[in-house]
Amino acid sequence: MALLLCSCNKVFSASGGYRGGHAAAQSRPDRRTGLCRVGMGDSSKCRLIFILMVILKIIKHCKELSPALVTGQLLGLDVGSVLEVTNCFPFPIREEDEEVEAEGANYQLEMMRCLREVNVDNNTVGWYQSTLFGSFQTGELIETFMNYQENIRRCVCIIYDPSRANQGVLALKALKLSDTFMELYRTNNFKGEKLREKNLSFVDIFEEIPGCEACSLSPNRIKVSNSALISAFMTELEADTPVTQCDYDRLQLSTSPILERNVEFLIECMDDLSMEQQKFQFYYRNLSRQEAQKQAWLQKRRAENAARKNAGEEPLPEEDPTNPLFKPIPEPSRLDSFLITNQIANYCNQINGYSIKLLQVGLSLLVAGQSFSRLYLMKALHEK
Amino acid sequence: MGSSGQTVLQYVPSPASVSAKVHPLVIFNICDCYVRRPDQAERVIGTLLGSVLPDGTVDIRNSYAVPHNESSDQVALDIDYHQNMLTSHQKVNPKEAIVGWFSTGGVIGGSALIHEFYSREVNNPIHLTVDTEFRTGNASIKAFVSVGLSLGDQQLAAQFQEIPLDLRMVEAEQIGFDVLKPTIVDKLPNDLEGMEATMERLLALIDDVYKYVDDVVEGRIAPDNKIGRFLSDTVAALPKLSPNAFDKLVNDSLQDQLLLLYLSSITRTQLSLAEKLNTAAQIL
Repeated sequence: MALLLCSCNKVFSASGGYRGGHAAAQSRPDRRTGLCRVGMGDSSKCRLIFILMVILKIIKHCKELSPALVTGQLLGLDVGSVLEVTNCFPFPIREEDEEVEAEGANYQLEMMRCLREVNVDNNTVGWYQSTLFGSFQTGELIETFMNYQENIRRCVCIIYDPSRANQGVLALKALKLSDTFMELYRTNNFKGEKLREKNLSFVDIFEEIPGCEACSLSPNRIKVSNSALISAFMTELEADTPVTQCDYDRLQLSTSPILERNVEFLIECMDDLSMEQQKFQFYYRNLSRQEAQKQAWLQKRRAENAARKNAGEEPLPEEDPTNPLFKPIPEPSRLDSFLITNQIANYCNQINGYSIKLLQVGLSLLVAGQSFSRLYLMKALHEK
Repeated sequence: MGSSGQTVLQYVPSPASVSAKVHPLVIFNICDCYVRRPDQAERVIGTLLGSVLPDGTVDIRNSYAVPHNESSDQVALDIDYHQNMLTSHQKVNPKEAIVGWFSTGGVIGGSALIHEFYSREVNNPIHLTVDTEFRTGNASIKAFVSVGLSLGDQQLAAQFQEIPLDLRMVEAEQIGFDVLKPTIVDKLPNDLEGMEATMERLLALIDDVYKYVDDVVEGRIAPDNKIGRFLSDTVAALPKLSPNAFDKLVNDSLQDQLLLLYLSSITRTQLSLAEKLNTAAQIL
């Protein structure tokens, strides 16, 4: 048993993907260096403060209408370096219809107006959405981000995963798009060269505003705050039992259905990724074929020119823009492959998290099993 | 109808014992509205949304404040606002209907009028009061229904009668609540810390039980048969596996987990390799 563990550790360090120690079930931008990458530029340094009520509202809305995926709007204040989220309201589920678009906008305006009347902060600071097993990185998310970013200086997206509440985990993530990614998206330029220039890799698309310990050095943090009145009420609402439902869920060993679904999603994503890879391969093959053809044509031209020079005629130009050989082949955009890669990384991290948790419990069981049998024995002796 | 001699004021208790279940989110919402109320208002009034469960309990799930004007003898409620918010909320969740209304502060004269208004909207509305001024020294949340007082056959007045209230949280909310209880939380705890906390609590419980059994055996505490039976049931619930079988079981599952870990780490390596090949490498 011990031997098996050692060899696995070696594998982990070889892949560079795992540092022994804490393994958060939420994905982190860069696990290789163990640090969270903070976005460049001052506008991205921000602290996020939540009111407890907002989080409870989000949880309630996502859970009530699960498994349907829902969205809602976040309202709050953007002051200095602090982004405070003080209220939120849910969006009705939208059908894919043209006229319903206007209705949705009306609903939003109506809600904002009504909330204004009761002195709720009226500024949109972002939106939230629910997800299933962490599969939220889609093109639509990025589009929505860009839409919001145009109007609001700083906006944040909260992703909540209600399916993981069964495990006693609060699966809440706060995301922002990184600045470099936004620039590239605006110019719609995802060619290889540009990406190399900006040193952008797939982890850099989203910036997660972390709420975890390893990032206590970074200025980006999520804080939760409550007004004094609410804190007073909370003591009233505190459960009396020393052990809560949360604990029962955490100690549950049967996470296999969840792991199964995670691995299923992973496999599907891998299929998508391999399709994207094939596209790239196709492109590169075409490119190299075109190059070869160009070279051949160039040789012919040069030979022709040499012959012409001997005959004393004007040499022909070495380039011919009308020749289809010289038409540049468009490079496929890498945005999709980035998103898919991100998704896969997410699933991997989640699987990692569950597995490590189960490992911990299993190992402690093993140790406890031996001591428990001793306890059994002692009890028996006592009763005698 | 007069009756000779003494007239007895009767009140008919509600035939079915209604009780209410409130989601803490409602309480927080009310507190938030109270904190944000306009300066001249002393209290906040609003609508309660929810549903009636099949066993008669009223489940209060959501709420919103309604602007109102109050003077010594008049209460004016913004009915349009109330209707607008209701339709908006029902667009999101059509199952939520009006079940009553709330106010901060105690029950006062004006409450009867408002209650009457809400009785027109729904049958037997619940009136929830949240004492934000802590008059009794601790936070008190009470729920009332209106009960008729009749003298003989004449309906004289209505009385607010308190009904039992249940403040319980759905599991997912409980998790959020546990995590976010302190006034300012510096970070959302990750899995491992939560696990640690749970283990500690479990250990504390086991210690308690152990001490109890010890005390009973030594004769320090009078034994309680019910607890004893409960304990023996619990211990008997452990599956009786031989140590070898148990070890094998645990080892097998551990190996499965390690396999998955390996798989996911390899996938990650593959991803970074693929990315290098796609982006960082220069082909031509």
